Amino acid sequence: MIGPTHYVVLSALLFSIGLLGVLIKRNAVAVLICIELMLNAVNINLIAFSKYITPTDFIGQIFSIFVITVAAAEVGVGLAIIIAIYRNKLSVDLDEFDWLKW
Amino acid sequence: MKKPLLRRLKGRRVDEMDSITSVAAFYILAAIIIGSAIAVIALKNLVHSVLFLAITFLGIAGIFMQLSADFLAMVQILVYAGAVCIMVVFGIMLTQRGGMSNSNLFNKQVFASGGVVALLIAVIVFFGVRSGSWAVSAVAVPQDTVGNIADLMLSKYVIPFELAALLLLVALIGAIVLAKEVKAK
Repeated sequence: MIGPTHYVVLSALLFSIGLLGVLIKRNAVAVLICIELMLNAVNINLIAFSKYITPTDFIGQIFSIFVITVAAAEVGVGLAIIIAIYRNKLSVDLDEFDWLKW
Repeated sequence: MKKPLLRRLKGRRVDEMDSITSVAAFYILAAIIIGSAIAVIALKNLVHSVLFLAITFLGIAGIFMQLSADFLAMVQILVYAGAVCIMVVFGIMLTQRGGMSNSNLFNKQVFASGGVVALLIAVIVFFGVRSGSWAVSAVAVPQDTVGNIADLMLSKYVIPFELAALLLLVALIGAIVLAKEVKAK
């Protein structure tokens, strides 16, 4: 029988894969993609606990709607920032984004 | 008096009958999600990564269906597999010069980061499996998820709802301002 532990472990694995991608990727767009994976792992957790712990309150489902909203806003603004940087630098390689170093 | 009992009995029988298929569905969906998430970070072509990202999102929508959150499964397909993937593809097409074949490489910290994340996975899975028993509620999720979410969203959670709308407006304006052509002085 599938219980909350299965969903917690699944979302932990997905979160860790996303975190690994954020740490080891060189392309800024790839890092944005991996942040989306991490947010989705959080959503799985929220909805699993919403079903198994508080099934009639819908708290987890409403929270994950807000997470999806924030994620959509984050992708839009993140891509706009990447495009603005690309216009100046002609590159999206994160190793070259070192203007704030001194 | 009679009808709810009947429905409850029927529901229980269906649950027991479905338990094998639901276990199988969970493991198939989990394998799809984890496999395509690994493909997202392992492939060297960024466009292929986004394709597998869409498959991951669809698998997560299946998991939401299994958790009886059907409205959120539809939102997941529309917002993530539809809008976000298309927007990311646009971003890739606007920021890649030359070929796509080596557009998604690793940086120099692969092994250090891999060690950190492997440790994190081990710790989380260990404690996740060990902690074992949650206080699982025996009540089923109500059938009418959309109605319940709508009622809560416009009564108890109306302020976060309006703030989310404001956040989307601010993000829209901010994205336009950031991505607009800068005039040369």
